[in-house]
Amino acid sequence: MSEEANEPIEVLRLPVELEYQYTAGESASRFLRAIKRGKLLGQRCPVDGRVYFPTRGCCPQHGVPMADDGSVELPDVGTLVTYSIVRIPSENIPLDLPYVTIQVLLDGADTVMMHVLGECALEDVHMGMRLKAKWKPEEEWESSVGNILYFVPQDEPDAPYDSYKEHI
Amino acid sequence: MSSPREHSLTTSHKLEYGYKRSLGPVLSRFFTGIRDRKILGARRADGTVIVPPKEYDPDTSAALDELTPVGPGGVVKSWAWVSEPRRQQPLDRAFAYALIQLDGADTSFLHVVDAKEESAMNTGMRVVAAWSDQATGAITDLSFVPESKNSREDAN
Amino acid sequence: MRDVAVVAFSQSLSKRREADRNEVEILIPVIHELRTNAGITNEDLDFVCSGSSDYLAGQSFAFVSGLDAVGAWPPVCESHVEMDGAWALYEAWVKIQMGYADLALVYGFGKPSMGDLPLTMALQLDPYSVMPLWPDAVSIAALQARLLLDGGLLSERDMAEVAVRDRAHAKENPFAQVKGDFGVDQILADPYLVSPLRKHDCSPISDGASAVLLAAGDRAKQLCKRPAWIRGIEHICEPQDLGVRDLTRSRSVEIAAEKAGLGAGKVDVAELSAPFTHQEILVERALGLGTETRVNPSGGALAGNPIMAVGLSRIGEAARRVWDGSADRAVAHATSGPCLQQNLVCVLEG
Repeated sequence: MSEEANEPIEVLRLPVELEYQYTAGESASRFLRAIKRGKLLGQRCPVDGRVYFPTRGCCPQHGVPMADDGSVELPDVGTLVTYSIVRIPSENIPLDLPYVTIQVLLDGADTVMMHVLGECALEDVHMGMRLKAKWKPEEEWESSVGNILYFVPQDEPDAPYDSYKEHI
Repeated sequence: MSSPREHSLTTSHKLEYGYKRSLGPVLSRFFTGIRDRKILGARRADGTVIVPPKEYDPDTSAALDELTPVGPGGVVKSWAWVSEPRRQQPLDRAFAYALIQLDGADTSFLHVVDAKEESAMNTGMRVVAAWSDQATGAITDLSFVPESKNSREDAN
Repeated sequence: MRDVAVVAFSQSLSKRREADRNEVEILIPVIHELRTNAGITNEDLDFVCSGSSDYLAGQSFAFVSGLDAVGAWPPVCESHVEMDGAWALYEAWVKIQMGYADLALVYGFGKPSMGDLPLTMALQLDPYSVMPLWPDAVSIAALQARLLLDGGLLSERDMAEVAVRDRAHAKENPFAQVKGDFGVDQILADPYLVSPLRKHDCSPISDGASAVLLAAGDRAKQLCKRPAWIRGIEHICEPQDLGVRDLTRSRSVEIAAEKAGLGAGKVDVAELSAPFTHQEILVERALGLGTETRVNPSGGALAGNPIMAVGLSRIGEAARRVWDGSADRAVAHATSGPCLQQNLVCVLEG
């Protein structure tokens, strides 16, 4: 017996593993089917007309159901609302460090989406930048926001602060 | 955008929690005992013994720190026959979960009886702990088997 | 004590599998219907409280998205319990008693069909010495059933009679999942699922949601012609370790019933949330119900068990009998944990 075998046991590894068959639901399925075809689908709240992206079953502000016919197709361009430069690795994120996580307000949407920025020097990142999605090759598209590799800066003037300050 | 109704997308999804649990003084002694192939119970103020041991008496909340060996044999107080075990469960063949009152204990210990056949199980039967070759200090280091005459004599 | 009543109730169908909707989408029409029927808006609500389980959803903080179904802007006063919605109702009742709210929305929801429910329930057990053996919920209940059978405290026939009664009652319940006319001998001929339990001894696995509106005093009278006043509510918990409990009776139900004042009068209707037939018998005994009480007119948990909503639904079903005058006094029961470890008893009066 090794010496270790005589030490008292103070900690137990007790891993738990659970398997699920996850259901995306009706509204998320609409979004995921659309993005498989390269379309970005949002949804309009029947109460105040705000457009949520991605689609969801219910307006989280008013708690009213959002029906299928409220779907809105959004362009793949938008404004960088805020960002963070990440220098710490994470097991689940296969990106080279450092990388830039961003929140993008797609044109026509009232909620932001989380993604990453590419093809941009760290010192050039700033709020208000105009961005466009860089997509994977079409033959690789699946039902995933991963179809967008990252967003890239556009050669156009920054969006004025007032145009996105409500969405920070 | 109205289209024929489509079903929801589904995907399989595995969730893993890598829990590492601190044992504290009482359970540390219990699981160290398991590794050393001994089962320990906690003695209460009234002299009765509970297994597995607890840090505190479930009735009086008094702190418990006197541990005493129990078993390795005991009596099946109740049992449930699992004819089709799930992948996660301790045995890959039909077995029983059982409440076992170990010799020297006053409460029942929930564990597994490897009885091969449901007909080999009955309430009141005697079982005895059987240890895996490599005890690591986990509750799955042991299971119980019906006590044969021979094992009884060995124990005596 | 303030007078607090259950004034509205809404529930989804209990379904073995909601193939198309996620948890929140099951909840959305339930909340919507509750508000519409009661004629209230979010601005009227002082408090929102929910019960659900992230382990069932397979997502941490899954309960947060449930709030989508309510709507949370302007921000709402909200809380959540990782328990059946009946315990969320208890928290809301306390909030109203404290004078912090007059009108509260309570909901519970669960979609167990996404995982392996009996196995997931093993996570309720002691994580050191029991859970690593993965005793599933049916096996755990079977250990209790055998103690009762071996002790001569009930028979397999008694258990089958409970299933037959609840399934027959459930014919009148459009939300129930298991219903119909069955013969005791017929179902006793079925094989064991986990001996000594047969399929009919176990509640079905159900996806579903329910919601209840609680109101104080005059607000309750404005919202409901005959409010179901909560005259007593209590929840009591036993130790986690099965080995140290007396599993052949439910002391926690007995104590909760006594503290809730159940014995003070005749009980017309009882809605019980026992997920296994032998447990329904134990709860009935612990509540001291006699022949004058109609037990589980909805079919109870054995006819539909939308976990995390099923106990709250029992309170809603009991309240419904008070509203329509078919009961003057009703009791609702909810449970949580293995072998009736924790129990809630709620006494309602017209």
